[in-house]
Amino acid sequence: MRFPAGIDELAKTIIAGVSGFAVGAVIIKLYGYDPIAAYRALFNGAFGDLYSFSESLANATPLILTALTFAIGFRGGMFNIGAEGQLYLGALAAVAVSFFHLPSAVSFALSLICAVLAGALWSLPAAILKAARGVHEVISTIMLNWISQFLCFYLIAEILVDPRRAEKTISVVESARLPLLVPGTSLSYGIFISLFAAIIVYLLLWRTVIGFDIRATGYNPLAAAYAGIEKWKIILFVFITGGLTAGLAGAVHVMGRPPVYAIYGGMPSIKGLGFEGLAVAMIGRNHPIGIIFAAIFFGGLLAGGRMMQLLATVPLELVRVVEGMVVLFLAIPELVKLFSWLRKIGTPLIFRSKRS
Amino acid sequence: MNLEFVGGILLGSLHAMVPITLSASGEVIGESAGLFNIGLEGIILVSAMTGALGAEAGGPAVGLMVGLGTGFVIGLIFGGVCTYLKGVQLIAGVGINLFAAGMVAFWLIHLGVPGHHAVAAENQLVNISTPYGAFSPMILVAIALPVFIYILLFRTKLGLKIRAVGENPQAADVAGIKIHLLRLLATAAGASLAGLAGAYLSIDWLGSVTKEISAGRGFIALATVVFSGLNPLLVLLGGFIFGFFDNLAVWVATMPAVQKVIPWQFIAMAPYAVTLLVVTGVIGRTKFPAAIGTPYQRE
Repeated sequence: MRFPAGIDELAKTIIAGVSGFAVGAVIIKLYGYDPIAAYRALFNGAFGDLYSFSESLANATPLILTALTFAIGFRGGMFNIGAEGQLYLGALAAVAVSFFHLPSAVSFALSLICAVLAGALWSLPAAILKAARGVHEVISTIMLNWISQFLCFYLIAEILVDPRRAEKTISVVESARLPLLVPGTSLSYGIFISLFAAIIVYLLLWRTVIGFDIRATGYNPLAAAYAGIEKWKIILFVFITGGLTAGLAGAVHVMGRPPVYAIYGGMPSIKGLGFEGLAVAMIGRNHPIGIIFAAIFFGGLLAGGRMMQLLATVPLELVRVVEGMVVLFLAIPELVKLFSWLRKIGTPLIFRSKRS
Repeated sequence: MNLEFVGGILLGSLHAMVPITLSASGEVIGESAGLFNIGLEGIILVSAMTGALGAEAGGPAVGLMVGLGTGFVIGLIFGGVCTYLKGVQLIAGVGINLFAAGMVAFWLIHLGVPGHHAVAAENQLVNISTPYGAFSPMILVAIALPVFIYILLFRTKLGLKIRAVGENPQAADVAGIKIHLLRLLATAAGASLAGLAGAYLSIDWLGSVTKEISAGRGFIALATVVFSGLNPLLVLLGGFIFGFFDNLAVWVATMPAVQKVIPWQFIAMAPYAVTLLVVTGVIGRTKFPAAIGTPYQRE
């Protein structure tokens, strides 16, 4: 019996997820903690009540956008891991608008626009280097991420610094903040921006000509070139669109995340959101709808991870260990087949060992 | 400019070169066989941790061996996924990097002080002292290894086989070479050198483990491999160029006269910017194995 492709993808994701948690449980046990208590705290902290779920959604908000950056590239056959650096600059651009005392009507829109443009601008070097010189995007985007980090360290410390509190930037002015959706939590209306962006990307990829060209290039670059699709246009389009969503991720985070609406030196609150987006995209099978669910799942892990740290004393970082394992399992194309094969050879083994 | 000053700069650059050259020359073996491992960063990170713990348990030599072994084991996992299981190499590499980042941060918290674990001086590798400052024996290893790998790849039968499975696995398969096994061993051997680089960071050059100890060096090693066009001897040169700028950044950052003119953040960018420029400059003239990045499947 053959399942439709979607079911197989879902089965694969679930197997990878369960395997990732299993490895996580082994590690928790090895380090002398209690895996059951840890996972119970994790899931309660993620989805247990309205507050937890709101925090999970708040964490998911920027992850949806950085995952879209990766997914657009992946659909076009490119491995764009530049969301991290683009996100930093997007967040800083959103803050920078508050530097100028603008009328409240424009500062909100201008913050979003500047963030998006900053992200797109930072995606350009990698796109141009790939289109013109064939530099592999994994290398160029990683180097650009590091350069962006130090550029942002400079901007935070020297230009956008809060004159009263030198450890952080100025805060986004109140008129440019995203209002909270659930009072008392971190969840802002930014989640709707993310969901909206996911739908736009879906329509772009599956309902437009350029989207078809992107997917054709990713699926079979030779055939696409033969059909007259110009690779350099696809590269530029994919990178710039990815830069837009990554910049937006920085904006929704800094404009929508209470309480400070600012960035601290070292950027602890935004660092890693780009790389986590990468994992979210893979868990969401590089599909905008899958990404929404994967981001909520992963946002939940982050929210629940805090509870796990508090109640079961298991360090929060374990969440990323689980995530890494899930991605590693997802790299195996025939995971479902492998799993049923393991069960087939595993069953007699267990059976025999019980008898002897 | 005096001799001591030049000697100091040279030694600093050589120390910064070691991790890049070690992991890049290892990666040359793996890429020659057709596997592109972007998990190098994660391997360096985990091995820095395990290497430090190994050194604390049994001295610096044990630490280096544990680092090497850690790289080998992770290389086997990566290689197994990407050969026999026909996995997507880039995704598997990302998985390793994420796992490593979480694992090391987790481990450091478990050890007590979050984010930092110092290796006591008696557990660090003993350096050879010269009039211009101490230098690590690992520098000699990092210089000798690319030469050794060059001979292995281009002057031995095994090297020919490794290059064959990267260039044309179908033909190699017909010739009776076990494609998956050879690729697996090549990438694991390469990864073990990244592991050695990680151990060098924690028990020799830097003397402590931090959760960002790899600082992009795995990716710079990958860029160095691109620069070298899979020639281990050029890896040595590429590693030195990076080492020079990496060292320059550390050195300039401590000079008040320079700090007034150029903020340290811009100097810290230099190694990454130089890597990007160098790769852009040389690309096009390098040739990579035809089958790199693709899992082998019998037709």
